[in-house]
Amino acid sequence: MTYDVIIIGAGVSGAASARELSKYKLNVCVLEKAEDVCSGTSKANSAIIHAGFDAPEGSLMAKLNVEGNQMMDRLAEDLDIPFKRNGSLVVCIHKEELGVLKDLYDRGVANGVEGLKILSREEALALEPNLSDNVEGALYAPTGGIVCPFILNIAMAENANTNGVDFRFNTEVEHLSRDDDGIWHIRTNNGEYTAKYVVNAAGVHADIFHNMVSSNKIHITPRRGDYCLLDKEMGGHVSHTIFPQPTKYGKGVLVSPTVHGNLIVGPTAIDIEDKEATATTQEGIDSLIEKASMNVKDLPVGRKVITSFAGLRAHEEHHEFIIKELPDAPHFIDCAGIESPGLTSCPAIGKMVADIICDLEKPEKKTDWNGKRKGIIDPNALTLEERNELIKKNPAYGNIVCRCESISEGEILDAIHRPLGARSLDGVKRRTRAGMGRCQAGFCSPRVMEIINRELGIPMEKITKSGGRSNIVLERSKAVKGDE
Amino acid sequence: MLAYDIVIIGGGPAGLAAAASAKKADTDSILILERDHELGGILNQCIHNGFGLHTFKEELTGPEYAYRFEKEVYDLGIEYKLNTMVMDISPDRVVTAMNRTDGMIQIKAGAVILAMGCRERPRGALNTPGYRPAGIFSAGTAQRLVNIEGYLPGREVVILGSGDIGLIMARRMTLEGAKVKVVAEVMPYSGGLKRNIVQCLDDYGIPLKLSHTVIDIEGKERVTAVTIAEVGPDRKPVPGTEERYTCDTLLLSVGLIPENELSRSAGVEMSPITNGPVVNESLETSIPGVFACGNVLHVHDLVDYVSEEAKRAGENAAKYVQSKGEEISGDVIKLVATDGARYTVPSTINVNRMDDLLTVRFRVGAVYQDAYVSVYFNDERVMHNKKRVLAPGEMENVILQKAKIASFPDLKTITVKIEKE
Repeated sequence: MTYDVIIIGAGVSGAASARELSKYKLNVCVLEKAEDVCSGTSKANSAIIHAGFDAPEGSLMAKLNVEGNQMMDRLAEDLDIPFKRNGSLVVCIHKEELGVLKDLYDRGVANGVEGLKILSREEALALEPNLSDNVEGALYAPTGGIVCPFILNIAMAENANTNGVDFRFNTEVEHLSRDDDGIWHIRTNNGEYTAKYVVNAAGVHADIFHNMVSSNKIHITPRRGDYCLLDKEMGGHVSHTIFPQPTKYGKGVLVSPTVHGNLIVGPTAIDIEDKEATATTQEGIDSLIEKASMNVKDLPVGRKVITSFAGLRAHEEHHEFIIKELPDAPHFIDCAGIESPGLTSCPAIGKMVADIICDLEKPEKKTDWNGKRKGIIDPNALTLEERNELIKKNPAYGNIVCRCESISEGEILDAIHRPLGARSLDGVKRRTRAGMGRCQAGFCSPRVMEIINRELGIPMEKITKSGGRSNIVLERSKAVKGDE
Repeated sequence: MLAYDIVIIGGGPAGLAAAASAKKADTDSILILERDHELGGILNQCIHNGFGLHTFKEELTGPEYAYRFEKEVYDLGIEYKLNTMVMDISPDRVVTAMNRTDGMIQIKAGAVILAMGCRERPRGALNTPGYRPAGIFSAGTAQRLVNIEGYLPGREVVILGSGDIGLIMARRMTLEGAKVKVVAEVMPYSGGLKRNIVQCLDDYGIPLKLSHTVIDIEGKERVTAVTIAEVGPDRKPVPGTEERYTCDTLLLSVGLIPENELSRSAGVEMSPITNGPVVNESLETSIPGVFACGNVLHVHDLVDYVSEEAKRAGENAAKYVQSKGEEISGDVIKLVATDGARYTVPSTINVNRMDDLLTVRFRVGAVYQDAYVSVYFNDERVMHNKKRVLAPGEMENVILQKAKIASFPDLKTITVKIEKE
């Protein structure tokens, strides 16, 4: 079968594009080289919904940031995504740099950001008492927010899938070519796919596919960002997202509560070559702690860290989103250079990609499109009576599997059996938070493995952390082999 | 709402011993809440021997040791609920728990005994740089995979940390056919028992590198190599001392943390040193009628001492229930740990509530040879015991006599310290 559209990549850009396209009578398929959605840049970032004052006036980045920010309430409501407008502060700690706040303010106003306000030292401290003693002023953006990046990505993909979009995992695109009839041939490790349109939403790998089909080359630099995630005990240390003043490498090291009540500190910005090199470094982590402490006081970063990780931003040298049909590759739509504020912009990115295709293809709208998704129930948000009702209906909700985050077997079963369900420990983790707490899966991983084994029939030795060769156990123990 | 005289949180060695002693002290209505599908706690996965030397004068495996206490609980007809997770303890001792059959239930407890045990420190707490692939396990998780689930988690192993579980797993993995290449310990001494270093490492020719830590983890899917380096006195890696080991597994045995989420939410005062509750001579926390024992109170090396401590917690909880919470007045004497002694359990003594003999347990902060454990009543030294070796990995104790404390004039502070002479 020839698809109308093939999307390369199941990160937020690919998933948002898939969901928008699922509104139309089009056959759409998403090819993803990892074993799950949300496996690249989308899973390892600051999880911030930016207000939109950073990107230059008139840029596509500025436009989509502000649009995406405005679309987020509705999207979160429709798809049951944890999202909160906690507001953000850009903190100035040098009197002579107060002008920079004004520049940001002016840019934000020009970009269409609402509610911006420059705060005095006293106003800033009143809003956020744990700011550094050196604070001289701050730019307050009430529209700034925090989101669960995993559920944002997963929810859009699930909803696209419910509305007919196919997803092919463990499917890596190797080669692209266009035949004389204008059909794209996409060779993968899992056979060939054909499509009328290709959307290149491959994150840090987008330049590879772009350069396969276009003579106008681009270069995407993976810009590594190290992060520390702190224990929920520290989640209330600040209530807003605290940014330093931006530099040419980006928005700097932020300190923010997460939507689940942890505290996140990061990222660094280190340009690298290897598109999979998500290793953290000691220097990176050390510098985070130092930089974050310039704006926020009493950060016990060393002692309260529960995990550190690194993500790769897909940095294109002009620092601008590239979302367009390529002039020398008809029906090939780039969705490249999607670095920060990519997460914020993704609903607008998806809309823009769909609009490009719809302008060319003029597809009919579906009449039965359903834009709503119910998330996995959070039993901790229920009353005692509601919770008992739930357990009576399904006793699995009475069995706690992850002690740190209080995640029940019922939630894990839902994560496994819903559309595009989890097949790995990380898949379960990103959907339910089982394993995301302070013990970092030490307690629950054998238990989650047993559930995956039982529900999906995957042998224990074949269960992975995150697909590929990330197996957890290797073989039966000698003692058991002796018995068998 | 259900009501019990004593509700015990956790059915491991501490909870079992506390239950049995409370029952023998004539308290009838006792309930043990256990989150696993069987009693016995972590002992069920500790299939090596060496348990019970003090208590039973014989070497038992973990499950055998646990069974002696389980049997007592069965024989005494003590109630317990398995597969039941305690979700909350309120300051007025209402315990909220949940399981598949009862749903979410609330239990009013005359007294509560905290016996939740401890958990392992994960990699995240160390902030070890590198990749985050599969193949990194806490030693206890690996132990569960091997001994309970029956699977081999790796073939070529590096172990970071020389806590007892790590040492035991070095031997266990070796017996399973894996190659344990090295055990790296960041401190200049091991945190494990001497006998475990001899029996689990030396006997198998596994090198222990003191003052070494992991500085890089390689492998995008599964661990492929680990780099360790020597650390200086500041515990920072010394450039030029890096050694790279190819391996598929990194086990972490880097410390145990008492599992006190429930204690904290109940508002129990905690010790920043032990990460466990602050308790008095009766093992009672800052909330009257809430007692603590075992690894949730402070991490023990030997389960024998857990049982001993839990027995006292059970008796004291029974006493509390029988006296209907009536206060026993008396001056409160403070216990202070200093000069090498890191903490004491208990932290205070009310002489009118103490037994004739009281065991005070503590740990030292460094290795000492031929040093003295001294006890001062106010400024007067009343005990001065020479020890050949004192090490952080081995819990120490002093025994205080009620008669001596009662007869000492105006006693305000009892100090435990380590002295060179």
